[in-house]
Amino acid sequence: MLKDRQELRAFREECVRAYNAYKRKILVCAGTGCVSSGSLNIYARLRELIEAKGIHCAVELEHEPESEGVALKKSGCHGFCERGPLVRIEPEGWLYTKVKVEDCEEIVEKTIVNGEHIERLAFQKNGEIYKTQEEIPFYKKQTRVVLEHCGHIDSLSVKEYLSQGGYSAFEKALFDMTPDEVIEEVSDSGLRGRGGGGFPAGRKWAQVKRQNAAQKYVVCNGDEGDPGAFMDRSIMEGDPHRMLEGMMIAGAACGATEGYIYVRAEYPLAVERLKTAIAQAKEIGLLGKNILGSGFDFELHINRGAGAFVCGEGSALTASIEGKRGMPRVKPPRTVEHGLFDSPTVLNNVETYANVPSIVLRGADWFKGIGVEKSPGTKAFAITGDIENTGLIEVPMGTTLREVIYDVGGGIRGGGKFKAVQIGGPSGGTLTEKDLDLPLDFDSVKKAGAMIGSGGLVVMNDKTCMVEVARFFMNFTQNESCGKCVPCREGTKRMLEILERIVAGNGEPGDIDLLLELAETISATALCGLGKSAASPVVSTIKNFREEYEAHINEKRCPAGVCQKLKRIEIQPDKCKGCSKCSRGCPVGAISGVIKSPFVIDQSKCIKCGACVTTCPFHAIEVK
Amino acid sequence: MQSTIQLDEVDKIIDGIGCEEKNIISILQGVQEHYRYLPKEVFPHIAKRLGVGEARLFSVATFYENFSLEPKGKFVIKVCDGTACHVRQSPPILARLRQELGLSETKKTTDDLMFTVETVSCLGACGLAPVITVNDHVHAEMTPDKASAILKKLKEDGEC
Repeated sequence: MLKDRQELRAFREECVRAYNAYKRKILVCAGTGCVSSGSLNIYARLRELIEAKGIHCAVELEHEPESEGVALKKSGCHGFCERGPLVRIEPEGWLYTKVKVEDCEEIVEKTIVNGEHIERLAFQKNGEIYKTQEEIPFYKKQTRVVLEHCGHIDSLSVKEYLSQGGYSAFEKALFDMTPDEVIEEVSDSGLRGRGGGGFPAGRKWAQVKRQNAAQKYVVCNGDEGDPGAFMDRSIMEGDPHRMLEGMMIAGAACGATEGYIYVRAEYPLAVERLKTAIAQAKEIGLLGKNILGSGFDFELHINRGAGAFVCGEGSALTASIEGKRGMPRVKPPRTVEHGLFDSPTVLNNVETYANVPSIVLRGADWFKGIGVEKSPGTKAFAITGDIENTGLIEVPMGTTLREVIYDVGGGIRGGGKFKAVQIGGPSGGTLTEKDLDLPLDFDSVKKAGAMIGSGGLVVMNDKTCMVEVARFFMNFTQNESCGKCVPCREGTKRMLEILERIVAGNGEPGDIDLLLELAETISATALCGLGKSAASPVVSTIKNFREEYEAHINEKRCPAGVCQKLKRIEIQPDKCKGCSKCSRGCPVGAISGVIKSPFVIDQSKCIKCGACVTTCPFHAIEVK
Repeated sequence: MQSTIQLDEVDKIIDGIGCEEKNIISILQGVQEHYRYLPKEVFPHIAKRLGVGEARLFSVATFYENFSLEPKGKFVIKVCDGTACHVRQSPPILARLRQELGLSETKKTTDDLMFTVETVSCLGACGLAPVITVNDHVHAEMTPDKASAILKKLKEDGEC
């Protein structure tokens, strides 16, 4: 238990020494992605092999390190999930990709014993071999602030976090700064909430500080519900202490003594790692009563979500922590006045808190030096979909969409053609080819009719049907609508019905206008953010791809060839031998003909089940 | 499946978490983890212990997607239908699983209580899309055939 600042400093120094004790470090990625590709088996095998060689294998920071040995660590997500499992070799900074258990022997033999690089495990593209992690194009254009430790330290060790200067910002906030100075620094930095809205974090903190209340709370929104987004998960898993430190600083600055972290149920690994991190912080006295003798008390709790997207909305989230149905309420009063348990509450998301330690430590000016004027700092994005390098990235705000997709993301998967990117999840919109040079920052993206949101980027190629994508999002929002207010509950249902009939080939003239009219009404009258933005994907796809909607409605044709009901199944007369096998197998009797001459499908009867396609021995039946 | 519900087991869960109204969700999660669903017998008991109405508990249990008032299978298979998985072809995987187990959108659990198949909006493992989970264990880069193989293994070995 650390009793004061001096003890913390001495302990940190000891951690730094221990961290530097072994030059050779092997970091095995233990993020959700690599774990499911078997990285824990690789870790176990490496340990076994290293020890069998009689080499000392340090799996944690040691109080009294040996004179020689290898440090083996489980790190957080490196971000390059597509190429997992990943193993990083230090001090050279080599990155081995797609490592298998069978490769471990070679790694130990060549790399650990002889210090040789194994070429076949390195990332290769277009004949070029990239030895170190930093020179791989995926990493080269990134600026890692929030994710700086992800993949570089053992995420489950507070000592490792301390060895990187961890909790120095908290220490500074407690002992060298007044609460007002901390808030001023955060305000000056221009840090805006990374959860979607982009509200200035400093202003929120100042409002909570001003409230005259016996109890105040700090709440972290880890209910990252947007499909296609996993930035916050990676931070919680890969560098949990960084986020805790941000929350502790917020607590000290605003006068809150209790904090809650709300994590969605789908992130069991994040919950587990946060629990460990909180227990460690408590054990060394960074959480609890009279922290480091400063007089500041702070406790942290974890709440697991139970599967409700709407709980990402502030007032729904606090209701859920209180053990109620997660339904938003009318605002004002706002969360800063009447939040959790009716007390003033600072509510920020994971990435926002994770930015705080660096700002306090390095100052507002340093932070403002990254990104663009109105959106300083970096932003983490999860790039997924039809992209070559799926994964987690962090770039300065204002990086263009083209740089993200082509330079970092490596372009469209399989050399396909870029069609659109869905940004901001079900509340966001689509950006298209004309937006490729758009700088990704809060205001520019908003102006283009989308939103940064939490940072999910789903890339779509030309084989994607945008009407179907709109239907997919509307289906999601409609499912997740909590049902409290009529515009959202009924409006999303009606919009979904219209979209469903359009993709089924039953669209009617006037449907587009009807969709837009409903969208306008829902946005104007719904109670919370989920409802207000529910129609965004529809409005945005109509704006950018109106001709696709028209083709579905007027010509009963899906230009991308995706919509099942709009497919045409046809028999190629030149290939058909007239065997009648398809006709006998057709469940609706839509195929007829004379034996030994080409058969025909009656399109009015065909239900597009495709049974005939698979039964035809001559591959004469095609889907168009 | 337990034929009778041991209320002292439920008490243990409540006391472990803390007998407070704000812990309703955690308590229900604890009970569900133990029984794989929320047996209706537990509601009067939890309500009495917490000093709240049963309706209050039901309001929470029916609001959140993760709570089930019906028994779930021994293996709960979640097919991710988040955006990334959806564009990388998760629907055929779901169709295959349902077809092989005789399940549908409304019938989610097999009669022998071995399998439950449900969809989930996003598991956050988009880099490995499409993914499914079997009792929270992630299986990456799935195809309908790989899904069939997992089912076969689960049926034969009781694990995968």
